[in-house]
Amino acid sequence: MLAKIRAALRAGPTDESRRRALEARRAAPVRPPVPARARVPEPERLAQFKACLAAQGTDVLPVAQPSQIPGAVADYLRAHALPLRLRRGADPDLAALPWQDEPALVVTEGPARADESVGLSRAVAGVAETGTLVLASGPHNPVTLAFVPDTHIVVVRCEAIVGGYEEACERLAAELGSPALPRTLNLISGASRTGDIAGRIVKGAHGPRRLAVILVEECRDQRLVP
Amino acid sequence: MTRAASPLEANAAAALADRRLQRALAEVPGGFAAARERAKAALPEFEALRRAARDIKDHTLANLDLYLEEFEDNATAARTKVHWAPTAAAASDIILAICRESAARLITKSKSMVSEEIGLGARLQAAALEVIETDLGDYLLQIRAEAPSHIIAPAIHLGAADIAADFRRHHRQLPPERDLASPEALVSEARGVLREKFLAADVGITGANFLVAATGSAIIVTNEGNADLTLSLPKVHIVLASIEKVVPTLEEAFVLLRLLARSATGQEITAYTTFVTGPRRPQDHDGPEACHVVLLDNGRSDLLGTNLREVLRCIRCGACMNVCPVYGAIGGHAYGSVYPGPIGAVLTPALPGTHDGGELAGASTFCGRCESVCPIEIPLVALMRRWRERAFASGSWRQRGMLRAWALLAAHPRAYHLMARLAVATLHLLARGRGAFSRLPFADRWTRTRDFPAPQGHTFQRLWARQQRKQPP
Repeated sequence: MLAKIRAALRAGPTDESRRRALEARRAAPVRPPVPARARVPEPERLAQFKACLAAQGTDVLPVAQPSQIPGAVADYLRAHALPLRLRRGADPDLAALPWQDEPALVVTEGPARADESVGLSRAVAGVAETGTLVLASGPHNPVTLAFVPDTHIVVVRCEAIVGGYEEACERLAAELGSPALPRTLNLISGASRTGDIAGRIVKGAHGPRRLAVILVEECRDQRLVP
Repeated sequence: MTRAASPLEANAAAALADRRLQRALAEVPGGFAAARERAKAALPEFEALRRAARDIKDHTLANLDLYLEEFEDNATAARTKVHWAPTAAAASDIILAICRESAARLITKSKSMVSEEIGLGARLQAAALEVIETDLGDYLLQIRAEAPSHIIAPAIHLGAADIAADFRRHHRQLPPERDLASPEALVSEARGVLREKFLAADVGITGANFLVAATGSAIIVTNEGNADLTLSLPKVHIVLASIEKVVPTLEEAFVLLRLLARSATGQEITAYTTFVTGPRRPQDHDGPEACHVVLLDNGRSDLLGTNLREVLRCIRCGACMNVCPVYGAIGGHAYGSVYPGPIGAVLTPALPGTHDGGELAGASTFCGRCESVCPIEIPLVALMRRWRERAFASGSWRQRGMLRAWALLAAHPRAYHLMARLAVATLHLLARGRGAFSRLPFADRWTRTRDFPAPQGHTFQRLWARQQRKQPP
């Protein structure tokens, strides 16, 4: 197949100059245009992120500090008459939360099981450009938690809100300590939906019917302290 | 009965008479086109991104061999098994062999136009495997045994009542008196039925919107999340992608992603954009044990060195069909090809095993709206013209003779004048004072559906010359 392609391109298999040209291009790339909306500074960036989430129909639960997350989750589940059961991965940030403050909430750890009702994940980043959550799969945040349960709740820190997708990839590489991607990198922008029945948008096609974002504001405030 | 010269003509006539189809066509493609306009207006950099996207695609196609090699190296490093399929049959064979090796019985599939192109579903079913389409639109078509009529909204030709009737017929395990009146109830029922399949599937097959050479990843976008359940629940994941889907880097993929959803549905981004790189990692608690990517050629490399290569820029957004007056009148099925609309007219004849001699390229008014909305600036009109030229070269002697005679006449103004005056005078006489002909010999394909205006005695050129004399410049 490659030989056929090379013949069509009139290129020889040993044409090292083409390879070198590609290496040079990779080493000094011409940066493609990045929209202005992916480069907004704070505080507009956070406002744009929230506005995009609202436009998607994603619920936003702001909390001042991480210790308030269990309470916010429990309140949200109660408000939607959902079972007080939660599945999360081994993410240290999520494991360290004071779940004992909400004794009625049953929290288990691991990938989603078939009958899972609520999944909790931590996002590596939130992208203000389109209100997109960036999740990296792995034992810390198993990918099935984002797709199998009816309700998906995602924790994201305000300081992790970036402008565009490119910056989100930089944050991911910094967090993983490597540019290699996890098995799945999931860009999530709203709950599952379909327009396949008579062109009408209906939520909850195959993935979560409901998506909620817990926005942790503490970190940003800390950074503001000189 | 009138004789149709081709399947396209017969299909178009049937489509125009299909009231249900006409209702759907009046709403859906135009709705997408309007949403695209709004999304474009909200992104000032849209045109700059289009140009960048075109350059990325042209650069990648000019170095396709090297980027495919890079993709293979990086995918292999992530423990993906890469397979090369020169033909449709080879791709189906490879996938069938993987299914057999893993002793699969149930296979879930998320949307893949390439799988339609190679007839994969039928091939697997013939091998006694159960294959379930999981994109809701594709699932509806599967239970109706119909083909997609649009590349991103495959079931736009169906109404909610049709779907409710199909569900009652097909989901016999559910109580017959259940309420299926609303789209919500229909979606909920499909969700329940398909969820069981997702959980029980042995192999999941997805397409890919893009392949990233630098990381060995496949990028898959959906709104439903069906691709994600397909690629994370079964023990084997197979990606089926054609060779032109490769892009060099993540950064360049983002340029294309910023255009894709906006051009397709007018969304800024779809609900799910997933970068998948290999099978589960040693420490992972979920994900498949094996990941395969099947790279399909099927006629594409034949286009690379020709003046039709721009077809390979396509990212399958469907914007061209949403604005096409011909698609809007007859819908996707009438084209009789996997890929409908303007992109289908230029891609289909290039695929082996299709017997279109450029006929689909005739189904265009050359109005150019398709290329004005194409996010990758594919010169669709010029490409359709190239197929028409090819069709002309291999056309009937009668057709070529008539076009040659016309060309000769058009190139000789004096002869043209004479003929025009003769024709106009003859038609004027024949009309005997009537304003139009309702029937005209040799032009019955025109007068069958509309009147032919009768000339009023003089040619346009003569009237023009007379007026110029009256009003000197």
